[in-house]
Amino acid sequence: MLSRTADHLFWMSRYIERAENLARLLDVTWQMSLVPQALEAANQNWNAIIALNSLEETYAKKYSTVTADNVLRFMVSDQDNFASIHSCLRLARENAHAVRGTITSEMWETLNSTWLEAREKSFEQIINGGISEFFDWVKMRSSLSRGVTIGTLLQDKAYHFIRLGTLLERADNTARILDVKYHVLRPHGDEGATDFYQWGALLRSVSAFEVYRKVYRDVITPERVTELLILRNDMPRSLHFCINGVVKNLDLIANSHSDETQRQAGLLHAQLHYARVEDILAQGLHEWLTDFMDRIYLIGDGISKDFLVPMAEAA
Amino acid sequence: MNFYNEMVDANGGVRAHYQGYDEWLKATPPERIARKRAEADLAFHRVGITFAVYGEEAGKERLIPFDIVPRIIPSAEWTTMQDGLRQRVTALNMFLHDVYHDQEILKAGKIPAEQVLNNAQYRAVMQGVDLPGQIYAHIAGVDIVRAGAGESYVLEDNLRVPSGVSYMLEDRKMMMRLFPELFAKHKVAPVQHYPDMLLEKLRAVAPKGVSDPTVVVLTPGAYNSAYFEHTFLAQQMGVELVEGRDLFVKDEVVYMRTTQGPQRVDVIYRRIDDDFLDPLAFRQDSALGVPGILKAYQAGNVTLSNAIGTGVADDKSIYPYVPEMIRFYLGEEPILNNVPTYMCRKPDDLKYVLAHLPELVVKEVHGAGGYGMLVGPASTKEQIEHFRQLLIAKPEGYIAQPTLALSNCPTFVEEGIAPRHLDLRPFVLSSGKCVNMVPGGLTRVALTKGSLVVNSSQGGGTKDTWVLED
Repeated sequence: MLSRTADHLFWMSRYIERAENLARLLDVTWQMSLVPQALEAANQNWNAIIALNSLEETYAKKYSTVTADNVLRFMVSDQDNFASIHSCLRLARENAHAVRGTITSEMWETLNSTWLEAREKSFEQIINGGISEFFDWVKMRSSLSRGVTIGTLLQDKAYHFIRLGTLLERADNTARILDVKYHVLRPHGDEGATDFYQWGALLRSVSAFEVYRKVYRDVITPERVTELLILRNDMPRSLHFCINGVVKNLDLIANSHSDETQRQAGLLHAQLHYARVEDILAQGLHEWLTDFMDRIYLIGDGISKDFLVPMAEAA
Repeated sequence: MNFYNEMVDANGGVRAHYQGYDEWLKATPPERIARKRAEADLAFHRVGITFAVYGEEAGKERLIPFDIVPRIIPSAEWTTMQDGLRQRVTALNMFLHDVYHDQEILKAGKIPAEQVLNNAQYRAVMQGVDLPGQIYAHIAGVDIVRAGAGESYVLEDNLRVPSGVSYMLEDRKMMMRLFPELFAKHKVAPVQHYPDMLLEKLRAVAPKGVSDPTVVVLTPGAYNSAYFEHTFLAQQMGVELVEGRDLFVKDEVVYMRTTQGPQRVDVIYRRIDDDFLDPLAFRQDSALGVPGILKAYQAGNVTLSNAIGTGVADDKSIYPYVPEMIRFYLGEEPILNNVPTYMCRKPDDLKYVLAHLPELVVKEVHGAGGYGMLVGPASTKEQIEHFRQLLIAKPEGYIAQPTLALSNCPTFVEEGIAPRHLDLRPFVLSSGKCVNMVPGGLTRVALTKGSLVVNSSQGGGTKDTWVLED
């Protein structure tokens, strides 16, 4: 497969996954903001979203204050913000457009109509229609495109690059969501109702609330949430599950100079496989997640160099 | 002017081959047709069957209007047309081989040598290069119109990178989806095997000794006006769609950059003009092409389709000589007519043209897409005077033809069903062993009342073309 084609497929799937996770994160923050809390805590939540995406500068250029409305506008519909849902859906569509002959017509039509619909929605319309409905729509469109991909695409290299993009992006996003929310939640330490709602919302943001109940049949504790989202290998949005898939798909596309990237991914996978939540928490969750995200970044970089950047002419 | 109507004869009777359609149309409520039209628009949008328009905002895409009244051609008429197209394209390919080898036709004085050798589309680098099957134009799009009394004329031969075949296929798909009952009622000759036929032709012209050739489609990229068609054809043939940056040349061999390393490429269906193909040989500022590809081509290590230098045969100044080529190479009389053409480079012709501008159509020799032309009867005094100056300043850059009474066909427009002018572009495929095509082609229709210009860039639309089997 052409390196450029692989590149477009990889990024197409990353942008869809990113839009979905962003919708999840914004939704949980929005839901949390509806629970009575101190203004300071609320602002901290919205601030965290800007920080999470390292967008402080871009944000400050357009908005003077951090409010729910501003942050939502910035992260949902702002065309100048390349990390907004609007931009992610556009970029996913642009990448798909560049390879529309490689993907199935059902995939192309799904992404194209998602973008055409998104383009029609102004921020006011989104707010008036109920912002959670919009986030649900984004999640459903992402699920739909994933479903159409699994249901129609030949399981060849194109498919493996798409899965690789999806899982790598999701691993990064789950780690970020966990990092930012854990950070906000941890200092309180009280075990009142607020905490329950906050942890519950966090679980819901990664579609893990019912899963948690099923697995633990017990009260929600930060330790178990951490274990579920990092170590469970049967939970589709956990880090272990994602890296498992990254390793498998990397094996399927391997070439003569991808050994090092495969080694890095394999190592990370082994660590997740044999890790204990007590050790992670003892090390400090934030430190552990920061290290994890650095390594995800390096694996992404390795994939880029090994497969996607047009290869040197001497070979 | 009297126009030939494809559906209705001079006495208002419906022609035999349109009778089945006419009955269906009369029995179908207008609301149903309106609903189907809206459905078609929506589907074309969702599928993204679009084209980009030069000069408009970058990346902006437009739909080509699709008309749901088919253009119907009876079987006998098509058979004649098909014979004529085979004959014409065979002669054109022989002419191209001759021009780039012994130049017999020039020596015989049938075509003035300077007209060919000084032509901007003549590529000296192709002199003496041998091509598989001696074929230059593997894909030809020949524009045919019906005029006056009903006879057909070839308007032009497109031998460089003719487009539109994807619309031909999508229009058929759409018609079958919207009106399956019409296909149950009529025996419409199928066209959907075009991509198979194309792939077979491309594989047949692979370099010598290559048994399982790697074929690719080369596109200028996503912002090209015909990008949809490029992706469509690559996908339908199951081959890679590449851009110039995906290819490189090493030791006169072309490779594409893949995730597994370089892979050799044998046949390139290129949708990039000669000028942009190789910055080392042609335009240095082109980022679309592949440095060194000409050398690989000359060495016979890769096949380009169409060949470099085919433009010398589809130039409007060469067009008047095509009937002569048919006689010279095949010893046959042309089956398809040429439109009488005045060559402004000839003083007598120029004199006539200047005296009759309001009646004539004037075209730039290298023009395409309906740009840079004057349609005399539809033009203002100022436009005519403007062209008069252009002609006097650069006569060799123009030809002129009588304004043809292009046939028309009922078409859905704002005011309901009304006649609009149309042409037909069959796509003729040649590999050396044989010349063939799918029945029909792309029908283009001028949607503006009275307009004779059918190009999509000028607001033209398309129709499904039916060749009826007996």
